[in-house]
Amino acid sequence: MDLHRRRYLVNRIALTLSLAAMAFGLVWLLWILWTTFRLGVSGLSLDLFTKMTPPPGASEPGGLANAIAGSLVMVGLGTLVGTPVGILAGVYLAEYGRFNWLGSVTRFINDVLLSAPSIVIGLFVYAVYVAQVGSFSGLAGALSLALIVVPVVVRTTENMLLLVPDSLREAVYALGAHKWQVIMKVTIRASKAGILTGILLAVARIAGETAPLLFTALSNQFWSMDLGKPMANLPVTIFKFAMSPFTDWQSLAWAGVFLITLGVLAINVAARVLFREKR
Amino acid sequence: MDDAATENLVTEVAFRNFNFHYGKFHALKNINLEIYRRKVTAFIGPSGCGKSTLLRTINRMYDLYPEQRADGELLLGGRNILDRGVDIYDLRAKVGMVFQKPTPFPMSIYENIAFGVRLHERLTRGQMDERVEWALRKAALWNEVKDILPRSGMSLSGGQQQRLCIARGIAVKPQVLLLDEPTSALDPISTLKIEELITDLADEFTIVIVTHNMQQAARVSDYTAYMYLGDMVEYGKTDQLFLKPTKKETEDYITGRFG
Repeated sequence: MDLHRRRYLVNRIALTLSLAAMAFGLVWLLWILWTTFRLGVSGLSLDLFTKMTPPPGASEPGGLANAIAGSLVMVGLGTLVGTPVGILAGVYLAEYGRFNWLGSVTRFINDVLLSAPSIVIGLFVYAVYVAQVGSFSGLAGALSLALIVVPVVVRTTENMLLLVPDSLREAVYALGAHKWQVIMKVTIRASKAGILTGILLAVARIAGETAPLLFTALSNQFWSMDLGKPMANLPVTIFKFAMSPFTDWQSLAWAGVFLITLGVLAINVAARVLFREKR
Repeated sequence: MDDAATENLVTEVAFRNFNFHYGKFHALKNINLEIYRRKVTAFIGPSGCGKSTLLRTINRMYDLYPEQRADGELLLGGRNILDRGVDIYDLRAKVGMVFQKPTPFPMSIYENIAFGVRLHERLTRGQMDERVEWALRKAALWNEVKDILPRSGMSLSGGQQQRLCIARGIAVKPQVLLLDEPTSALDPISTLKIEELITDLADEFTIVIVTHNMQQAARVSDYTAYMYLGDMVEYGKTDQLFLKPTKKETEDYITGRFG
């Protein structure tokens, strides 16, 4: 066998193996999407957005209105609280603490937080907040979601700022700018699309988190926008309904799964488009 | 100096027994040099000789890096800018700089110019418009961008971006303009434009240029300094340095026998 023929064959084998691996991964993903779609779509109706979650033994099938609203409120609030903290910390790491010990320690702790199981975050908020106050609440739910947002935003903000070449920073300094002007007016602006992408990905991440809400917001049968009270939300409702013996509850759970999947998908697509526009 | 007497030269920047260290590395050794007002001075020499390092001391760019330090005297208009009390932000308004790679800011062409001006002056909208036009005209870019001022500075070609950076630098109205290999990332036509620009700008600004390209130094500069391994080997009028170098090393370098 001559050299070129051998290389050709090896190339073929490697290509086939990697295509097979890709197909293997993709099959599960498509299967998940298909199942979600198949089982979720049948439960879709206007009632989903207008009716409350049904009580046990109800004659009407009910909807998910309170759970959808609760999820939106807690995800929104969690993002609103977690994002500024994350951006500021990321700016610190990239612009001030690149080489000092405080930066290194912060970076390490952030990495730990980033990979912490979300149930740990939920239990933590339960222990330090819910147990002290003595009540599950929407606020506690938003807080635990914020704690998940922070490390994601810190990491992406730092990475995106580090992509800004130092030659650009020098060019701003060379005009006689102070450090805060360099950061506020140029480096953050240069990495705006990347930072926004990070925020979107953090939102996508918390949209489906169940464990942290289970110990904090719990759930609520009724419409309640009171942050001091337990608050309905999609993930916990799905968790409860999917395990119930009633078929119409199960159908609601699938509809909820479908909604979350659709939302996360939309956010991911938006993040991608946003990031691409920058280049 | 004889030349100074005959040509009525004014010293803008002067290095006196100037030394520079990167950590423990002694990068510039006992530099003595006078840079004259409204002349073009070129620093040439092989890679690593310290020419960029020397240029970057004039606006104290090295301040950004804690392990770098300078000692001796560096006089700008008679004042030692290495002194502790010197306001480096003010210094950098007086000493502009253009870098090797074009560095447009992520904002509109107009804002790219206005940005630096706003750091130091408060102008009305009309005054700012005038300043932006003035700077762009000086940088020979006005005709190409006058209709697209709101467009991003990053959308321009490499040569245009570099002229935008020059416009940005002169918009602040500095006394000295430092050019750190300003054409090394550009094509020959853009290079030619920038060289013509340098000659024009020397009517108003003191220009110091670092270049890898000896022909460029010969074309654009009035004075040339040849550096090697952190030493100032020879400094003089460009014509003299290129035609009748006094040092053997200089001759070897400019004739291409070395470097």
